[in-house]
Amino acid sequence: MSSAMESDLIHQSAATLAQAIAEGEVSSREVTQAHLDRIAAVDDRVHAFLYVDTEGALAAAEAVDSRRAAGEELGPLAGVPLALKDVLAMKGVPTTCGSRILEGWRPPYDATVVERLRAADVVILGKTNMDEFAMGSSTEHSAYGPTHNPWDLDRIPGGSGGGSAAAVAAFEAPLAIGTDTGGSIRQPAAVTGTVGVKPTYGGVSRFGLVALASSLDQAGPCTRTVMDAALLHAAIGGHDPRDSTSIPDAMPDVVAAAQQADVRGMRIGLVRELSGEGYQAGVEQRFREAVHVLEHLGAEVVEVSCPIFDYALGAYYLILPSECSSNLARFDGMRYGLRVGDDGERSVEEVMSLTREAGFGAEVKRRIMLGTYALSSGYYDAYYGQAQKVRTLIQRDFDAAFAQCDVLVSPTAPTTAFKLGEKVDDPLAMYLNDVATIPVNLAGNCAMSLPVGLAPEDSLPVGLQIMAPAMADDRLYRVGSALEGALQDRWGHLLIEEAPAL
Amino acid sequence: MTEPMPYAEAVAEFEPVIGLEVHVELGTESKMFCSCPTAFGAEPNTQVCPVCLGLPGSMPVMNGAAIESIIRMGLALNCSVVDWCRMARKNYFYPDMPKDYQVSQYDEPICVDGYLDVTVTTDDGPRVFRVEIERVHMEEDTGKLTHAGGATGRIHGADYSLVDYNRAGIPLVEIVTRPVTGTGALAPEVARAYVTELRDIMRGLGVSDVKMEEGSLRCDANVSLNRPGDEWGTRSETKNVNSLRSVERAVRSEIERQAGVLAAGGRVVQETRHFHEDTGQTTPGRSKEQAEDYRYFPEPDLVPIAPDPAWVEQLRAALPEQPSVHRARLAEQWGIGDFEMATLVNAGVLGLVEETVAAGVAPDAARKWWAGELTRVANEREVEPGELGVTPADIGRVEELIATGSLNDKLARQVFEGIMAGEGSADEVVAARGLAVVSDDGALLAAIDEALAAQPDVAEKIKGGKVQAAGAIVGAVMKATRGQADAGKVRDLLLERLGVTE
Repeated sequence: MSSAMESDLIHQSAATLAQAIAEGEVSSREVTQAHLDRIAAVDDRVHAFLYVDTEGALAAAEAVDSRRAAGEELGPLAGVPLALKDVLAMKGVPTTCGSRILEGWRPPYDATVVERLRAADVVILGKTNMDEFAMGSSTEHSAYGPTHNPWDLDRIPGGSGGGSAAAVAAFEAPLAIGTDTGGSIRQPAAVTGTVGVKPTYGGVSRFGLVALASSLDQAGPCTRTVMDAALLHAAIGGHDPRDSTSIPDAMPDVVAAAQQADVRGMRIGLVRELSGEGYQAGVEQRFREAVHVLEHLGAEVVEVSCPIFDYALGAYYLILPSECSSNLARFDGMRYGLRVGDDGERSVEEVMSLTREAGFGAEVKRRIMLGTYALSSGYYDAYYGQAQKVRTLIQRDFDAAFAQCDVLVSPTAPTTAFKLGEKVDDPLAMYLNDVATIPVNLAGNCAMSLPVGLAPEDSLPVGLQIMAPAMADDRLYRVGSALEGALQDRWGHLLIEEAPAL
Repeated sequence: MTEPMPYAEAVAEFEPVIGLEVHVELGTESKMFCSCPTAFGAEPNTQVCPVCLGLPGSMPVMNGAAIESIIRMGLALNCSVVDWCRMARKNYFYPDMPKDYQVSQYDEPICVDGYLDVTVTTDDGPRVFRVEIERVHMEEDTGKLTHAGGATGRIHGADYSLVDYNRAGIPLVEIVTRPVTGTGALAPEVARAYVTELRDIMRGLGVSDVKMEEGSLRCDANVSLNRPGDEWGTRSETKNVNSLRSVERAVRSEIERQAGVLAAGGRVVQETRHFHEDTGQTTPGRSKEQAEDYRYFPEPDLVPIAPDPAWVEQLRAALPEQPSVHRARLAEQWGIGDFEMATLVNAGVLGLVEETVAAGVAPDAARKWWAGELTRVANEREVEPGELGVTPADIGRVEELIATGSLNDKLARQVFEGIMAGEGSADEVVAARGLAVVSDDGALLAAIDEALAAQPDVAEKIKGGKVQAAGAIVGAVMKATRGQADAGKVRDLLLERLGVTE
């Protein structure tokens, strides 16, 4: 290993680190310690982490080192550190979902994703910040204070998985796990200049993922390179009998697709409805340039129309609150987490009510109220029922588009990172951040966001979204890797390396 | 409060409409959505896991054995099995529900449109009523609350409440009838016969142990009254009906109560009522005037259920003999008629007789004890015959002792009395109470001589050829030996003593 790398472990990709650890050039303990040091140095400003499990991480790293020394066969990401979104249950480690109501709760079990990470010998550094119960696009709805965008600490890192994206962008971890219900992996990736993938619904187990909206939630990788995302995706994906909605079929080989990195002969569809009004000029510009790069690489670019996408946001904000109003009912102060008002006199209803009043933030309450209303007798058909019909129509739009194209592309988010505080009091403005990412969640297929440059007007990262059919996640990696390679050739480095030093 | 109307008057003036909702706890090895065991009576909260505790992030997975059981139940109740259905969430806050919603079925039950023919005995012979079954659906059971302190034994006013989640997630099947009309004064008997028949079917299928006293079979009885020609009245829903006998008593008591209310010009309130075993009365529970909004919606954590029609047909072909067919076969084997069979069924002793015959006792003897003495004692004590503590094996032993002449019927009744009093087995009771037939000729002759001396005129009559007068002496000997003598033997000895032959 080069001495340059040794002095700069935090700037390496996960693939590079894994190889160096496997070859004995550096120990997992050294790599882990370097990232813990980085967290100690910068996280007071970034606030990507809610909890750093120093002891657990170092113990896991040492275990990898001793197993490697014993000549054991280790996985492709063995010894590499990772930041875990605080919405996934990890045994014995505080899991808050960014909410006061779960303060102090330490799960007695591991999420399947966590089990698989442990089985892959990945070192979990700690838990990352998020909008409360994954509701938001800025992490400003975290009960523990916002995360700051490493590109500009006064700006949002996206949400809800701002902590995971910021941890990766700030070189606090080469890998992170996010969850994406309406864009919570992809939009933070876009605004932090990183890579994020929402796998096909059912491709990664939801067991242990604290549900926001069960029919939309999906965990996935947050990384700085497409190959790292593929390695992480392969490590956490695949069928899980504990998740009834998990797909039993074998998942496509995403790592091979990332290696292939070839778009020649592919048809790429530009979604007409995901551009124009509401999209920042610099975002559109960088997006179009990237599309030209794909064309230059040998892809055929066509325009497609998905007219029902215009109704996606409306349908999403009925389905999500409906499911979330039910999923969040269990936080009632009876069994775990916060309990308020239990003075020996008050009734159980009063204690439940006071606990939820004190434990949930404004955005969570807003969505619970919306969902409770939408599911109410007499309104169900008009709201939840209609939204499900829109969902079916969106799937048909995708089906028609994928009949013509291998993948679809759009800007990931309509704007670059906005200022902290700018939209926090305007829910509708906040919701519009997800206008381009939501259709994929409603249809259950897969998508990736990867950085395609800085917007000229504010020098902030722009993300391009690639969308593929369900269980064709490999296409994301094939296209993403090709585009990433071409842009890297043009710039001479990854975009993230242009981020200001912290 | 208005006075109840005497039953005969009530059913002369009003027509009852009844409806029955029966919950059957399935006897599956594991719970409905996790692998926790289901055994009754374990230490509180020892048969729980993240799934049945509804811990954040946990997810249900459907128990295939439960689906199989419910389909078999539906088939045995002459239902159609749908080709596609979903589970639904029933949302309401209550501390016995770990998720604050119950996974149940709403508008897509798995089995629909069945019926069950039940027979009740009347003075004019057996009458058959067809009870139509609207739906058979599955749901998860809740935990069990115990309220300490307070006067009512309910959550309101309790000093504190304890919750045991061992029961939470046990698969439960709900069988709902259509309203049953035209039963007139027989409504209570029809209700009882229906639940009895249902219990026997479930037992025959082996899907549940159907123990009402342990709550594995629970019945809610709906009752309304109307004057002939009028529309149906408002119904009440009586809960806590924990025995077959109580089903009958609860319906009867509700008919008397509602008739009293209506006759006094009052209005029956739509509400749940609680049945009290001790008083045989119902008291008001929760009002149902304002329907609670459970905000049902399809459970997004579970995939739809689509039973393979070929599999359903296999299950149908493998169903055990229907109880009615079974009964006809037994009647033939035992050489009894419809009336005798209906008597056994209505006394709730058919199964006990069958088990007793299986234990080697002659059918007539088995019927004699269960339908006679033991039913009489059960009625006197207001319990089910099966709860008396007498087992088929006990009857087998008593019959052996009778056959060898060690006991007579009178002594046998005393043996059963001892067994019911918890004095041990038949042999132990015989030994402890000294209940053997006196067969020592010397002792009997002494008693005979004493009796002859006390009644010299009778002795003369016998000597004079009036053999029928011997009964008075035999009776006196039996009295003197406290029934422990074999009357036939006493008679033989007496005649021999007096040198008389018949």
